[in-house]
Amino acid sequence: MKYVNQPVRKTDAMALVTGKPVYTDDLAPKDCLIVKILRSPHANAWVEDIKTGNAEKVAGIACILTYKDVPQKRFTLAGQTAPEMSPDDRLIIDRHVRFVGDVVAIVAGETEEAVDKALKRIKVQYRVEAPVLDMHKAKDNPILVHPEENWKLKIPLGGNNKRNLCAEALEEHGDVDKVLSECKYTVEQTYHTKANQQTMMETFRTACYMDHFGRLVVLSSTQIPFHVRRIVGRALDIPASKVRVIKPRIGGGFGAKQTSVSEIYPAIVTWKTGRPSKMIFSRYESMICSSPRHEMEITVRAGADENGIIKAIDVYTLSNTGAYGEHSSTTVGLSGHKSIGLYRHTEAYRFAFDVVYTNVQAAGAYRGYGATQGIFAVESAVNELAHKMGMDPVRIKELNMPIEGGPLPGYPDVPYAQSCTMDKCMARAKEMMDWDSKYPFRDMGNGKVRGVGVAMAMQGSSIAGVDVGGADIKLNEDGSYTLALGCTDMGTGCDTIMAQIAADCLETPMENIVVFSVDTDISPYDSGSYASSTTYTTGVAVMKACQELRKKICELGAQMIEVDQDKVDFDGSYVFCDGEEEEKRVSLEQIALKGTFFNNIELQVVKQHSSPLSPPPFMVGMAEVEVDTETGTVEVLDYVAAVDCGTPINPNLARVQTEGGIAQGIGMALFEEVQYTEKGKVRNNSLMQYKIPTREDFGNIRVAFESSYEESGPFGAKSIGELVIDTPCPAIAEAIYNATGVRVRELPITPEKVAMGILKKKLEK
Amino acid sequence: MNISFWLNGAYRQEEIEPGMLLIDFLREKGCFSVKRGCETANCGLCTVLLDERPVLSCSVLAARIDGKKVVTLEGMQREAQEFGSFLANEGAEQCGFCNPGFIMNVFAMLRELKEPTEEQIKEYLAGNLCRCSGFVSQTTSILKFLKYKKAQEEA
Repeated sequence: MKYVNQPVRKTDAMALVTGKPVYTDDLAPKDCLIVKILRSPHANAWVEDIKTGNAEKVAGIACILTYKDVPQKRFTLAGQTAPEMSPDDRLIIDRHVRFVGDVVAIVAGETEEAVDKALKRIKVQYRVEAPVLDMHKAKDNPILVHPEENWKLKIPLGGNNKRNLCAEALEEHGDVDKVLSECKYTVEQTYHTKANQQTMMETFRTACYMDHFGRLVVLSSTQIPFHVRRIVGRALDIPASKVRVIKPRIGGGFGAKQTSVSEIYPAIVTWKTGRPSKMIFSRYESMICSSPRHEMEITVRAGADENGIIKAIDVYTLSNTGAYGEHSSTTVGLSGHKSIGLYRHTEAYRFAFDVVYTNVQAAGAYRGYGATQGIFAVESAVNELAHKMGMDPVRIKELNMPIEGGPLPGYPDVPYAQSCTMDKCMARAKEMMDWDSKYPFRDMGNGKVRGVGVAMAMQGSSIAGVDVGGADIKLNEDGSYTLALGCTDMGTGCDTIMAQIAADCLETPMENIVVFSVDTDISPYDSGSYASSTTYTTGVAVMKACQELRKKICELGAQMIEVDQDKVDFDGSYVFCDGEEEEKRVSLEQIALKGTFFNNIELQVVKQHSSPLSPPPFMVGMAEVEVDTETGTVEVLDYVAAVDCGTPINPNLARVQTEGGIAQGIGMALFEEVQYTEKGKVRNNSLMQYKIPTREDFGNIRVAFESSYEESGPFGAKSIGELVIDTPCPAIAEAIYNATGVRVRELPITPEKVAMGILKKKLEK
Repeated sequence: MNISFWLNGAYRQEEIEPGMLLIDFLREKGCFSVKRGCETANCGLCTVLLDERPVLSCSVLAARIDGKKVVTLEGMQREAQEFGSFLANEGAEQCGFCNPGFIMNVFAMLRELKEPTEEQIKEYLAGNLCRCSGFVSQTTSILKFLKYKKAQEEA
């Protein structure tokens, strides 16, 4: 192995750091129509009448579309593999607008000025109805977010649009109530996580144009090119074969771009006008009508015996999907499956959920995908349980954590923890944090108190039995290789990681491999990059393809040196035969050239890979915070992470994933919350008001790897991308508790909540 | 209106709309390294140098560059490669979208501060957001670059 487990530079790094034009808007045709959307000012209303005549008269306007101009078959914007779990509840433009910001009309014109002018001239008469804004009141509310008859759930998941229910379910193992009643120590608490914006630096954007075959080309910043192809086809009611999706470099995604947020609007404009068009979401639009994290309220009951062995966990999640159901029935599942599984002695568990529609912007996929919310709740509850017992939370986790070969209760996607070093992660994190000398708190004597907190986390590696990775490798005439992929590097570095894997499999320098991704006409099918699947799933597809290509190289090489194929070997440079009489060999370049004339052995292999398993990566996160007891201000001084992602294919990229995920988690824990007015309008609709962490908002983040070896992954690898956002919320909440005695169960943990908690404690004394 | 200015070292005269923003003007002129990340002057993605000082090109009218020198990353390719290789070695570039504005501001910082401390680096660059990296690897890259530059000067 020469490249795997090495911190090699990203193959596209120098293009990125020198500012080359590699993103969607840099590559969009120069004569694009500008596409913008007239958005609803009401959270729940019907368009009674819409007049576009005056707007159409604005010079330079090419096209104005209203609900009268779009297909009437409902679809979902969720990028998911069959069987698609998200309900078909969207139209491109619906007469019924369901949140402030929902689409009323699409306007396309030669210039932004013309489009802005036209938008102001459209006259709309609304029939305004009362909205459902509180998720607690949504279920069985007489006001229905989706009263329509053609609402469709393809997979029955308990959803019922006549009850504002997108999904509901109950999973049970053993008698939870009985086991809990026998526990010496129990806790029952409710935790509330808010909607967060992914806030990738490149907002949603898509450019479209027609090709010379009359097909629609969609150039888009997306994590899911193949799903976008299907979704655009459905939305426009045209065959998917008429659609070609190209993904250039992406300026971040974090799950936001696992929903087809921007594509359908320029797509319908180009399809109707035949002209190139583009839609670049403003930051404002990315804040008010995108695909933020699901708000969840999670009630946890947990019980332990006198020795601190956790016997039962009961989790109920209420999830808010907003106006449309993208990723809703699936995210909620992770809030139980990825949290209960952290406690291996659990004899009985129950996991129930309701996912409700409300009149706010639709939620979607955000790094962690429900696990982040569930882990905040369960890790917090277990920390509370430890305090009730007078036990160090580290200790209760050490007693109950997943171990290699042990069970993962309630986690259905592996039979047991096949690869797991959670114990080593905990030991390492303790050592890095110097936990024993810092727990629980240190009074700094200046009104400031420092506390430490701990949390464990697990995620999955791909969606078991569903996700498909694809790899297409060919040997070119000059002895170089081209590796075509369908997965989407959104900055994560998967193009590089796949090249590292291929280079080692083919024993060739990485420079000898050209990576291509993604064009749905050319790339092999791949589900896309989400669900922590790319390294684990596509990585194995690359291995399989390379191994088979080696056989073909040997076959052709053997023919050329006129020996039996089973007598030759390939060392990356030569196919050779160590014969008894004489050594025969032929170079890769000679074989490659032979592949181009009078040849019947194709030097190209396409492979797919799907895993029936989703082996969890594990980690421990520990936070040290300093709380100003006067103001409630919390500063994260130090964050340590010990991670088991199996073999890190690229330790640099895995480390930066971890640092970035933790920084996002710190934002979720302390600052970030999509807030609405009482009329359902987003309050914090800019980066001025929606605060994400800057480089001054936290101290150190330190990362260590404690690698297990996952047999089913490429070179022993599991996933890392999502796992790393899961620990900051519970670890920071716990650290604040240890510093102040104040337990905050609702995110974000603002200075007000901490200060009020401190005040309340003082008054109680 | 007519303006004359230097763009990446080349003297130019252009006819512009008075209300045009510098960011849109620069992208129109092919400076695609200049990115927009917000409308509220919060993200730092559109940072360029105007008479050697860093400005947010989303908040400057193109008319204001009349008689001045504008430099984008397109005009600092050699420097970008040199410093950028330190970012690349840490894996700090990630999605890359914030890189040009961030790198321009790093160059501005290095002109103002001879040997910035870690604290000064964080303060100077606080307006350059990045959602991928968590900033740690960016800081490491800068510190390593400073060390390399110092060694180079001393040699």
